[in-house]
Amino acid sequence: MLIILILYLVLAFALFLIPKNISKQTPLLIALVQLGIFAFFINYLPNIAAGHVINQSIAWIPHLELNLEFTLDGLSLIFALLISFIGFLVFVYAKTYMKSYTGTARFYFYLTLFSGSMMGLVLSSNFIQLFIFWELTSILSFLLISFFNEKEQARKAAFQSLFVTGFGGLCLFVGIILIGSIVDSYSLSVWLENADVIRSDNKYFPALVLVLLGVFTKSAQFPFHFWLLGAMQAPTPVSAYLHSATMVKAGIFLLMRLYPVLGGTIEWTYIVSVIGALTMLVGAYVAVTQIDIKLILAYTTISALGILTLLLGIDTKLSVKAALVFLFVHAFYKAALFMLAGFLTKISGTRVLYKFGGLIKHTPWGFIIAMLALLSMAGIPPMLGFIGKELIYEAKFESPWVSSLLIVLGVTANVFMVAVSFLLLFKIFWGESRMDVTSALSKYKYLLISPGILALLSLGLGLFPDLLATLIEPAISIIRGYDIQLKLKLWHGFNLILGISIITVLGGTLLFIFIYNNKGAISAWQRINNRLFSIDFTRVFSTGLEKFITFSSKNTHLIQHGYNRYYIITIIIFTSLLLSFQLYMNRGWEINSDFTLRPFYISGLVVIITLSALMSVFSKNSIFTVTAMAVTGYGISLIYLYYSAVDLAITQIIIETLMVVMFVLVLRRLPNFIKLSGRSTKIRDAVIALSFGVIMTFLALKAINVDIHPSISDYFVENSAVKAYGKNVVNVILVDFRALDTMGEVTVLVIAALGVFTLLNLKKSGK
Amino acid sequence: MEILLSALTGLLYAGGVYLILRRSILKFIIGIIFLSNATNLLVFLSAGIIHGKPAFINEHEPDPNLLADPLPQALVLTAIVIGFGIVIFTLALKAKFFSATSTDDSDELINTDQ
Repeated sequence: MLIILILYLVLAFALFLIPKNISKQTPLLIALVQLGIFAFFINYLPNIAAGHVINQSIAWIPHLELNLEFTLDGLSLIFALLISFIGFLVFVYAKTYMKSYTGTARFYFYLTLFSGSMMGLVLSSNFIQLFIFWELTSILSFLLISFFNEKEQARKAAFQSLFVTGFGGLCLFVGIILIGSIVDSYSLSVWLENADVIRSDNKYFPALVLVLLGVFTKSAQFPFHFWLLGAMQAPTPVSAYLHSATMVKAGIFLLMRLYPVLGGTIEWTYIVSVIGALTMLVGAYVAVTQIDIKLILAYTTISALGILTLLLGIDTKLSVKAALVFLFVHAFYKAALFMLAGFLTKISGTRVLYKFGGLIKHTPWGFIIAMLALLSMAGIPPMLGFIGKELIYEAKFESPWVSSLLIVLGVTANVFMVAVSFLLLFKIFWGESRMDVTSALSKYKYLLISPGILALLSLGLGLFPDLLATLIEPAISIIRGYDIQLKLKLWHGFNLILGISIITVLGGTLLFIFIYNNKGAISAWQRINNRLFSIDFTRVFSTGLEKFITFSSKNTHLIQHGYNRYYIITIIIFTSLLLSFQLYMNRGWEINSDFTLRPFYISGLVVIITLSALMSVFSKNSIFTVTAMAVTGYGISLIYLYYSAVDLAITQIIIETLMVVMFVLVLRRLPNFIKLSGRSTKIRDAVIALSFGVIMTFLALKAINVDIHPSISDYFVENSAVKAYGKNVVNVILVDFRALDTMGEVTVLVIAALGVFTLLNLKKSGK
Repeated sequence: MEILLSALTGLLYAGGVYLILRRSILKFIIGIIFLSNATNLLVFLSAGIIHGKPAFINEHEPDPNLLADPLPQALVLTAIVIGFGIVIFTLALKAKFFSATSTDDSDELINTDQ
């Protein structure tokens, strides 16, 4: 399975090597590869159907116990098939669709990588690895949504989607780590074995909430759904792919994958099904009142994702089966409808539903495909959508809690779906023809191939549902943990479920007829909606973000004000506090040494140094300051000399002399000091400086003769003459024992000298 | 004597801190010199001070334990030289800065792009 992922990666980069003259055929090449991958996975079907699971594990970072782990079981197989098959159709579609745009190489590069990372996501059975692919899909969808990057809207939408899914990704990551910390592993197999341990751990609830946040943001559940609406800015092939088989389905996949690990508890049931039900209703309800055909489809996707989530939330035998069937139903009709929407936009130049009309005369094939797909969306026989909807109703009936409420909600949502389907079909294809599309039709007729295939599949699988049953049967046993006999039938006979279906269709039709015949109905309804749901999530998001940015920039200015001396004051004050605290805690304040002024010449020297230091600090003349500083330095060298540090004294004298020379050279060009600070500032600084000085005095006293570790000085003294043939131990340390350090020191000096030289030369040339 | 020398160290620290809090860049540089001198003294003092027994191997002093500790001296020696390098570089930078801006006031440095 790793080989498949490498294939995607290599293919993506190889796209840039394709010569210009045949680059038009690029999408067909990728489509063929996708088809090949589809065939590769189909090959495994009998094996998987027999109940086998194929695992692959490759050592990656062994000392962290991180392996590349892949699993091909019933669940990952159906997702892999969907990704590769719809990927194939999307690339075929994109060949015609993207013809007129520039930068298609980049587009196909992103889309291939996107396909690959989605494939990696569903095949992963190590959750750290899964998370990496999860984030990759977020990043690549960001790049795909912002493909028309010269449009501000596209950039904003892309950022929004990255922000929302990135936030969810982080939550998911923490959730994964939490679960991983319970069982000390990130392998799916370990998680499955210890599912009971995980569910009874007290970290279960926070982990569940975090994982679900990841899932809900990715799968555009209410109230995170708004990023998916912005994602409409992407080119249509991307929308078709995002909405049907990838991206938003990643969340659904993860829900299914983790169902045996985290599912089945009360928390799971409540959170997942309530959010799912809410999303289902909001999506379907808002879809009816939209006028942009792509937006209508986006809202129906949100509703469908809500249904899938709801089904995984209510814990019945049938609900998982219904979810899997509906996964296919939705993937087929939604991809087909998006592709059709792209086709219609291409030939007519508009996406506004109410500008269309009478297209049946111009494109009968388009009408037939649209009809099949929309019937599947509405759940009307003989389409696959009908089977899906019947199963969903049945699953809701079996639900152990509030089944009647669920049915009512489900019927309501489906009534809107039916109305939307009819509305799309009739507004676009019926009525008087208001647009002239004949010229564009022939140019874009190939755009109908992919949706045509999908519509036929919706019909074919509706008539022969056994084919689908073999596919999803192994997946159910993976999710629910036991084998289930699956019978999919188009005709169930007359029963309650069929009755509800009929009610749904009738209700939807009535709603449709009402909207269709009342021109003002939609706009009136929209006004009501605007009142009811005055929260515009996109605006809430962007203003929230703006506020956050102003807030943090204000804070940054507070801390990063640019005044050097305030930075230093902060550092000094905190250092003083920390030092005095540590001194007090570890050593106390009492002083053990005796105070004496002997030898007197050292005391006298200290007085001289003190006076010159004070003069250096307070003098208003820069020459005096430098001279006094030099006196201080020479004084210190005498202290060194008295206390057995001959080399130090020599060095200090040389350095001090050099320094004074340099200062005098520079001072020649500088004016005298000017008065910059007021009296109060000076007093404040003096207080800070003096308290720091007092603390350092104590530190110096406390530091004398403290031997925390045995010193290595003895080693140097003993071996200086024996091993290094030198009698001056300090010199031997510098040039022999620690010669490399001295080498570093010399390097520092050389660099400083180079810097000085360059700076002074710059001055000469005046640049 | 340790108390007096420690107080001197503290005084040099205080002077250094006071100087680096000035707005004048030249005073800031002199402040750095003060701080580096003070720190050298601190390290030097911490090993204990012995009069007139430099760390030379010789026949007159057979017991090496009575010699002054050579290790802090080696450290301080390195520090003096490195401190010199830093100060000289800052000084050159300061000279260049002054010739470009004609100011000694660090408060005029708060904006980077001008």
